[in-house]
Amino acid sequence: MRSYLDFEKPVAELEAKIEELRALEKPDGAVEIGEEIGRLEAKADEALKGLYAALTPWNKTQVARHPQRPHCLDYVGGLIADFTPLAGDRKFGEDEAIVGGFGRFRGESVCVIGQEKGSSTESRIKRNFGMAMPEGYRKAVRLMELADRFEVPVLCLVDTAGAYPGIGAEERGQAEAIARSTAACLDLRVPNVSVVIGEGGSGGAIAIATANKVLMLEHAIYSVISPEGAASILWRDSGKAQEAATNMKITADDLLKLGVIDDIVREPVGGAHRDWAAVINATGDAIAKAFDELRELGPEAVRQHRRDKFLAIGRTLA
Amino acid sequence: MDNHPMNWISNVVRPKIRGFLNRREVPENLWIKCPETGQLVFYKDVEANQFVIPGSNYHMRMSATARLKSMFDGETWFDVGVPAVPVDPLKFRDARRYTDRLKDARTKTGLTDAVKLGYGKLEGLPVVIGAQEFDFMGGSLGMAAGEAIIAGIETAIDKQTPFVLFVSSGGARMQEGILSLMQMPRTTVAVQRLREAKKPYIVVLTNPTTGGVTASYAMLGDVHLAEPGALIGFAGPRVIEQTIRERLPDGFQKAEYLKAHGMVDMVMHRHELKPTIARLCRLLTKQPAPEPPANLPAVASSDEPDEPVPPPEPVA
Repeated sequence: MRSYLDFEKPVAELEAKIEELRALEKPDGAVEIGEEIGRLEAKADEALKGLYAALTPWNKTQVARHPQRPHCLDYVGGLIADFTPLAGDRKFGEDEAIVGGFGRFRGESVCVIGQEKGSSTESRIKRNFGMAMPEGYRKAVRLMELADRFEVPVLCLVDTAGAYPGIGAEERGQAEAIARSTAACLDLRVPNVSVVIGEGGSGGAIAIATANKVLMLEHAIYSVISPEGAASILWRDSGKAQEAATNMKITADDLLKLGVIDDIVREPVGGAHRDWAAVINATGDAIAKAFDELRELGPEAVRQHRRDKFLAIGRTLA
Repeated sequence: MDNHPMNWISNVVRPKIRGFLNRREVPENLWIKCPETGQLVFYKDVEANQFVIPGSNYHMRMSATARLKSMFDGETWFDVGVPAVPVDPLKFRDARRYTDRLKDARTKTGLTDAVKLGYGKLEGLPVVIGAQEFDFMGGSLGMAAGEAIIAGIETAIDKQTPFVLFVSSGGARMQEGILSLMQMPRTTVAVQRLREAKKPYIVVLTNPTTGGVTASYAMLGDVHLAEPGALIGFAGPRVIEQTIRERLPDGFQKAEYLKAHGMVDMVMHRHELKPTIARLCRLLTKQPAPEPPANLPAVASSDEPDEPVPPPEPVA
């Protein structure tokens, strides 16, 4: 059962109609119904294309959070062979909001780290909806150091509303854990590529999104605070989330213009949730291209490239 | 005064500081109330006590300028310049225009943005000190503050001195959106460069320090000091309460709590900061202990040529 976002209502109605007609259709087939279905399908496709060509930043926020959007483990499943997850920060615990391990991307060893939001009630709870604890970031640091030592490139898949704001998280130093994870990214002497596949939420995202190449899916969002958070703090009215989404410039197109990301991965018409295989393949191609562009850089050069890149952000804006 | 060893600095900076202080002068008869005990105290007494309420020892917020004054010998230093940054790159507007908020903050504080930098001497040791101004839009970290932290660290590397940073911030400058988030990795690059230069990085966490600031340069110090009672955390208490729907325990996210949980080395009275920072810098850089105080007049007149580093020059 497909779930629809509020702005997709015209498409939802057409597709419901198509379903109804399909149910009426007999195996021997009345020709007129088949034609009608074809006509409606064309209309639904057209409507979908129209809607997705003109998504507002708030619409994109909704698409980025779509429950049926492929999550970290779906990309791992589609792109990483021999994936071997590793667990624990060796200090306090294991945080399942962050998945990490080693595998093969198009034949070559890679370290994969990413936030996993979960896809069922049970898995969402297990993954804490992709909101990591300090343990998660400390596990990320541990894996990055391991990757660095074995000269294995690092791939990060970013999808989180933010780091978890709770008592235990503060008690164990959430801020310090995030700071160290960002620092670990910057210290890598192997290439790293980060892809914002859904939500890139604030410090919880930057902790693993500080990369030589930062890619972003077409309808993903990446921001310093959620539109709802900005609305309640700046407008003192959580109802202003749509306005906040627009003003904060959180879409892939905006961030490419600002020089914060390096490339955009196009999504299928109707968003990533409509065609997992297509979006996962396109993401794989973009990741391969990004790693290829970094291939020539030696250990010191690749680290310098990353530092220079971040220092340059904002300096060239008019 | 003319014989003061730092006279060459006084001459450069004093007029500017004087002008600035006069503007913010508070009427002499002003009484203020201790936020903790409700006790009424004479403002002048509080100011003379480095903004610590004499009876209760409550540490009030201190402006960036007052902070630098409290640290540098002779209350004098060279201002360290910060490269200009694009203003309002997102053309941001919430209930008000960001440019208007900026204008107000500048008038209110006399600063260009939320971080002020000075280069001078701390108990005779050359140091670069940064102080975050909470009154400037909550000390928020935007492009200008990020560039200031980077400039402060670069100056410290250039002059081969420690970098001391007084942090006070609500977190990222939301009006600069993602570009404020980018200051987290950007400032981290600078901290890493300071590490490679083997110069000490001392962070003093003051009330309050939260958000993206805590989650980047504020938690990457070689040594973390904190003022008593300072709120220090990643998420603000209100956000946590809303998320977990529980009341927070007493003392949660206070400096003492951070120390008990291993995030801070020392919680100390403001009056102790200067000698402690100076001692730490000497120990980490293997400098000899200072002469006993009885020798001070002699040091002032005759030891000047023995300075280990060449006299600092004004930074443009």
